[in-house]
Amino acid sequence: MGSVSAADVRGRVRALLDGWEPGVTEPGEFLRARFDAGLAWVHFPVGLGGLDAPRSLQAVVSAELDAAGAPDNDPRRIGIGLGMAAPTILAYGTDEQKARFLRPLWTGEEVWCQLFSEPGAGSDLAGLRTRAVRDGDEWVVDGQKVWTSSAHTARWAILIARTDPDVPKHRGITYFVCDMTDPGVDVRPLRQITGEAEFNEVFLTGVRIPDAHRLGAVGDGWRVAQATLMNERVAIGGGASVPRESGMIGPVAATWRDRPELRTPELHDRLLRLWVDSEVARLTAERVRQQMAAGTPGPEGSGLKLSLARLNQQLSGLEVELLGEQGLRYGDWTMVRPQSVDFYGRDAGYRYLRAKGNSIEGGTSEVLRNIVAERVLGLPAEPRNDKDAAWKDLPR
Amino acid sequence: MSTALPSPAIPDLLYSDVEDDLRAAVRAVLADRCGPADVLGRIETAEPYDPALWRVLALELGLAGLLVPEKLGGQGASAREAAVVLEELGGAVAPVPFLGSAVLATTALLGCDTADPATAALLGRLAAGEAVAALAVPLPSAPGDGFPAAVRADAGGRLTGTVTSVPDALTAEVLVVPALGPQGPGLYEVAAAEAAVERPVSFDLTRPLADLRLDGAAGRLLAGGDAAAAALERALLTGAGLLASEQLGLAQWCLDETVRYLGQRRQFGRVVGSFQALKHRLADLWLDVVSARAAARNAAGVLAALPSDPAEAVLAVAVAQSYVSPVAVRAAEEAVQLHGGIGMTWEHPLHLYLKRAKADEIALGSPGRHRRALAGPVRLPAAG
Repeated sequence: MGSVSAADVRGRVRALLDGWEPGVTEPGEFLRARFDAGLAWVHFPVGLGGLDAPRSLQAVVSAELDAAGAPDNDPRRIGIGLGMAAPTILAYGTDEQKARFLRPLWTGEEVWCQLFSEPGAGSDLAGLRTRAVRDGDEWVVDGQKVWTSSAHTARWAILIARTDPDVPKHRGITYFVCDMTDPGVDVRPLRQITGEAEFNEVFLTGVRIPDAHRLGAVGDGWRVAQATLMNERVAIGGGASVPRESGMIGPVAATWRDRPELRTPELHDRLLRLWVDSEVARLTAERVRQQMAAGTPGPEGSGLKLSLARLNQQLSGLEVELLGEQGLRYGDWTMVRPQSVDFYGRDAGYRYLRAKGNSIEGGTSEVLRNIVAERVLGLPAEPRNDKDAAWKDLPR
Repeated sequence: MSTALPSPAIPDLLYSDVEDDLRAAVRAVLADRCGPADVLGRIETAEPYDPALWRVLALELGLAGLLVPEKLGGQGASAREAAVVLEELGGAVAPVPFLGSAVLATTALLGCDTADPATAALLGRLAAGEAVAALAVPLPSAPGDGFPAAVRADAGGRLTGTVTSVPDALTAEVLVVPALGPQGPGLYEVAAAEAAVERPVSFDLTRPLADLRLDGAAGRLLAGGDAAAAALERALLTGAGLLASEQLGLAQWCLDETVRYLGQRRQFGRVVGSFQALKHRLADLWLDVVSARAAARNAAGVLAALPSDPAEAVLAVAVAQSYVSPVAVRAAEEAVQLHGGIGMTWEHPLHLYLKRAKADEIALGSPGRHRRALAGPVRLPAAG
């Protein structure tokens, strides 16, 4: 435990490649074998796809497997499972739950989605009203969830629901794993301002969840959910340095270079300002990355999302304006259901509209500013009247 | 058919243990000798600079010779360490000639022939804190401006001309003067006593300016031709890049002081720092300062690596100046506004920071000047 070396990892990768030759082995079989060899996520425990090794050794595994042309688990398709469900199951799940869920989650055989937000519970997630009522060894769930990506392809969901309305809102919530094939689950596409439907609304009517699919204690769901949301935000900042003009500055700069007839002095100054802002955001992310690599993480990472949301919106807005007459046209308003967000495969108008979500999803910029002000700068919270009263007594 | 812009490896943007120690030493001296009351008291006197403070910084901490190689009597440190010093000096609006003497004039001299005994001796005197030098250019001068024509030199090394708004010249014994001579550009060493020094009323009370009039002043040629132009350019580039760290230190002080004040000031029966409208402004300012730190550290790191990638240095300095200058101004302006009435008073030190921030915005190239300088290197040409 904890003494796994890069050489050990390389040896295991070689053994995996010898036993299950990529290109010959069916990809699913290869991924299951990789999981069983402890090479899925090396920092996970032995027996659950890992080796109890430092997270940094994952890069060794990736490099070796990429070089061998091994199949991967298409992480973009299963991001919610990998980034949110898995760490929560690892932290709060029973041995049975870990053994049942983690392997097919990682291989991608079972897609996961997240049933957290509700029409009446966005920034104030703890105010959620989806109810779960105990019925013997089961819970019966009724309510409505929203902004659920992958709900139409998901086998499982992580779900938070109110199990006790008589206590303050943060204390009456319980965390469950919900079977998306239950007949009481109704998934409907939620068309958004881009014309497409990345997300869904999920209506839950008499959905039955075995108590064995509860994650954590009854009433402890808010704390469990914090682990999930923390992992959502940790995802930024771990990777490699990013080259200059990555992100939304790229297409705008390319248009400026390719289309001299569009240039005006006023747009030039705005473009240079945003070029500088993009470069500084890149340097700031690099500084956060260096802090993490040095083992001295600071609070700076909590600002990255705020910067990127603002930049994406300003850059895509400038891009549409720069395009002039072409900016009056839009690729396609047809309602489609994409598997993942692709900012760069579509036109400037799409980027402009989709980037509006960047300051709302995963914590609004307003809530993030509160978090910075209170947790980083140490300023006091606004006085509140909803923390100690029973949830059922709150005005609504 | 455009290829990607060059994207060289980003330098270390963190602080080394040595840099942390240097910061702690400078901070301790400033806490002891350069508190807000000290600086506020000094601006009421006829001597705006604090020679006793400068002696301690220059001699005991060796800051005067920080950038001077050890074989010439200095510390042999790099732009990274100088940047840390400037963060601290900016955070205290310290009235000492570090930027003018130890950065601008020293960098210009280091670009001259340091094998020349007289030049080496001058650098040795500066490093030992025995003399203060000023680079005789107007404070708004920016890298890329071209060689100035304000002063003319004759064949005998006699200099004539007027240079306005020179920083740190009031306290200097030696002037490093760019002048156009019969052979083209030259850098000259001139004794400050040779110049008529006038003292205009400066907007920035803690870095007062001087107007210099030379009328046949005796100069010693330090470098001529392309070497003189290159030495001046290197000094202005280094000065502009390191100024970003002074601006960072200033902005951080304004943020910290405003957070501290709003955390204790009560109105409407509440700590005013609990109002969301104010918290959001401070969160935005915090984010700006965090970003400014990355930009300033990058400029210092790239400058420290010179002469390895001069094109990247030009770019990194322009990015740092165009980003950090407005952050410092905004931090000072927000500090004044969020302090309310007390921030408008002469007795509160905030006005010293606002005046320095606004002067620094013009110093060594305005943000707009530095943005325009980027257009070529990043291949985003102007319209038309």
